[in-house]
Amino acid sequence: MTAYLANTAAWPLLLPALAAVLLALVGHYRLGAWINVLISLATFAVALSFVVWRPAPGIYLRVDDLNIFLIILNTFVGATTSIFSKDYIGHELETGRLTPTFLRFYHAMYQLLMFAMNLALLANNIGLIWVAVELATLTTVLMVGLYRTHQAIEAAWKYFILGSVGIALALFGTTIVYLAAQPTFGEAGLQAMAWDHLLAQAASLDPTLLNLAFVFLLLGYGTKVGLVPLHAWLPDAHAEGPTPISAVLSGLLLNVALYAVLRFKMILAANEAALAPGPLMMMMGLLSLGFAGLMLYRRRDIKRLFAYSSIEHMGLIAFAFGLGGPLANFAGLLHMAMHSLTKSAIFFTVGQISQVKGTQRIADIRGLTQSHPALGWALVLGVAAIIGLPPFGVFMSEFLLATATIAAQPWLALPLVSGLLLGFGALVWRLQGLAFGATEGPHVKAKASNFPIWSHLSLVLVAGIYLPPPLVVWFQNVAQMLGEG
Amino acid sequence: MFHGLDLDIAHLLAGSLVLVSFMLLYQGRLLGVINIFAFHAWVLAAAVAWQAFIQGAPHLYITAAIALLFKGAFIPYVFHRLVRRMGLHRQIETVVGIGLTMLLGVALVALSIVIILKATRNTELLLLAREDVAFALSVVLLGLLMMVTRRNAVSQVIGFMSLENGLILAATGAKGMPLVVEISIAFSVLIAIIVIGIFLFRIRERFDTVDVEVLDTYRGEKP
Repeated sequence: MTAYLANTAAWPLLLPALAAVLLALVGHYRLGAWINVLISLATFAVALSFVVWRPAPGIYLRVDDLNIFLIILNTFVGATTSIFSKDYIGHELETGRLTPTFLRFYHAMYQLLMFAMNLALLANNIGLIWVAVELATLTTVLMVGLYRTHQAIEAAWKYFILGSVGIALALFGTTIVYLAAQPTFGEAGLQAMAWDHLLAQAASLDPTLLNLAFVFLLLGYGTKVGLVPLHAWLPDAHAEGPTPISAVLSGLLLNVALYAVLRFKMILAANEAALAPGPLMMMMGLLSLGFAGLMLYRRRDIKRLFAYSSIEHMGLIAFAFGLGGPLANFAGLLHMAMHSLTKSAIFFTVGQISQVKGTQRIADIRGLTQSHPALGWALVLGVAAIIGLPPFGVFMSEFLLATATIAAQPWLALPLVSGLLLGFGALVWRLQGLAFGATEGPHVKAKASNFPIWSHLSLVLVAGIYLPPPLVVWFQNVAQMLGEG
Repeated sequence: MFHGLDLDIAHLLAGSLVLVSFMLLYQGRLLGVINIFAFHAWVLAAAVAWQAFIQGAPHLYITAAIALLFKGAFIPYVFHRLVRRMGLHRQIETVVGIGLTMLLGVALVALSIVIILKATRNTELLLLAREDVAFALSVVLLGLLMMVTRRNAVSQVIGFMSLENGLILAATGAKGMPLVVEISIAFSVLIAIIVIGIFLFRIRERFDTVDVEVLDTYRGEKP
């Protein structure tokens, strides 16, 4: 036990786990909210310390080049979301949408979700990754249903059914990976499920079984990523749950599921005889991009609008990793980080907007830059960043991706760029109505802190203008590690 | 390593699970579905216990016990109470007819057997695992089929649990797969049931029915 404690890799798991128990016991919601913020910040600090003191890899947990940045991103967005959530839930209590009892549950679930996501990122065991993603699914299902309205229950039910089926397929895929590894590893069970051992022995694993496993894993975890045609749960779950959860879902959980796919893709890529996982991912990515781009035009609910935008961007990222090669992988990694930061900032803004306006209907929200300048301009900047306008970081990753595509597969650049333009057009069109023009509706003042929004947007801006050289070198290393498509 | 008879019995039990999955597909009454699901769990328990015996892996007995007591007794009991207390519709609305569902089921079983036997053709895998995985995939796909062809929340949940039974069959058939996974399956099923329980009550509370059909009218996207 002490050996586990001494290994700092376990700390980003222990802190949220303890906090979840503590928060379930703390009755007062304001105290609960503060504990939530403090623990989230502490977890972020621990994750940041991994840059300097990297824990030694073990058979269960492992910190390597690939997951270290996701861990830091995860805990950072987790911490800023907890700050946003503190103000957000105060408002929900005032309007009576939530009661203090529910908040106790909400805070405990929030930390449990952070635990599950950190576990999925840190796990070195493919079974453990699966358990963590399942736990994350169940906690988010409960949170999506928190408001107990018709729509919230429908959304949670749909999410639960589709998410469970996805997760079940992923487990089947995991079992088959084990079967593929069994002849190589004999009956040394744990090694046959440890990711680093699997990667080292990838060449000797049975290729046909690996192919079969990857199809199940891509479909299973792909459901959680929200790739078309497995995306049906995503817009509802984003629209009906509390906004901090929408931010975490979009910014973090989708990344975590994609990360699981990447881990398996690396094993397949290291086996010469197995099928190339790239084309499958590229196809699903382009499908998601185009479909979500079209769907964006028909949205009437502001949170659903940005949920579809998340499908679009996850499609882009899947496409980038599917294309493979140093440049596209670099673009994919950068886009993961940029999308996560930008989209959660947008959800922070949208959450406050729907609170001050008392509605999520796009038609009822007009002229925000007039009535609520800070929120209105934050939305304008957030949307400008997400549609990929320079000088924001998203522009850089999309530009890199387009360049890589033209270099490797010129024909694929056509659907890629048209998908991007579709999304661009839809969001700009919607933004005009939301942000400009005459205002109408109630004029409640926004009370929440704007720190989370601005911290995210400024990071995205800085990343677009100047990436520090060590970061670039690190991104290049990981891109190398991810290999060809 | 294994005797012929050992394998035969393992295949018999795994094959029976597929048959019971078919029985779930053609049940038209809610209570019937719940009873057959209990039977499904018993067959799974027997199959897992047999695996534990022939593999000499005592920890699998725990998985078998969980299947027998939790899924084979406790869950059916809870569902029976639920149906009675809420006075649910006893008939199940299906999306496609029974005949077509059965044909689809047969096609899915054929598909999974072809896929798995082909994919494992050149491996040194034990015969045991090969056929077991094929049967397990059949149970998984039949569970999926049940979920998409039923409109009632209870029967969708039962479809999901029969699907999970297939996963457990696969995991226990893979010789030496670490215990981590088995515990996790039991654990996840447990949580899933709690979630399901909450949802069933909530759906009932709001809609006076557990037919998921009713939920669909409340699309979040209204003009």
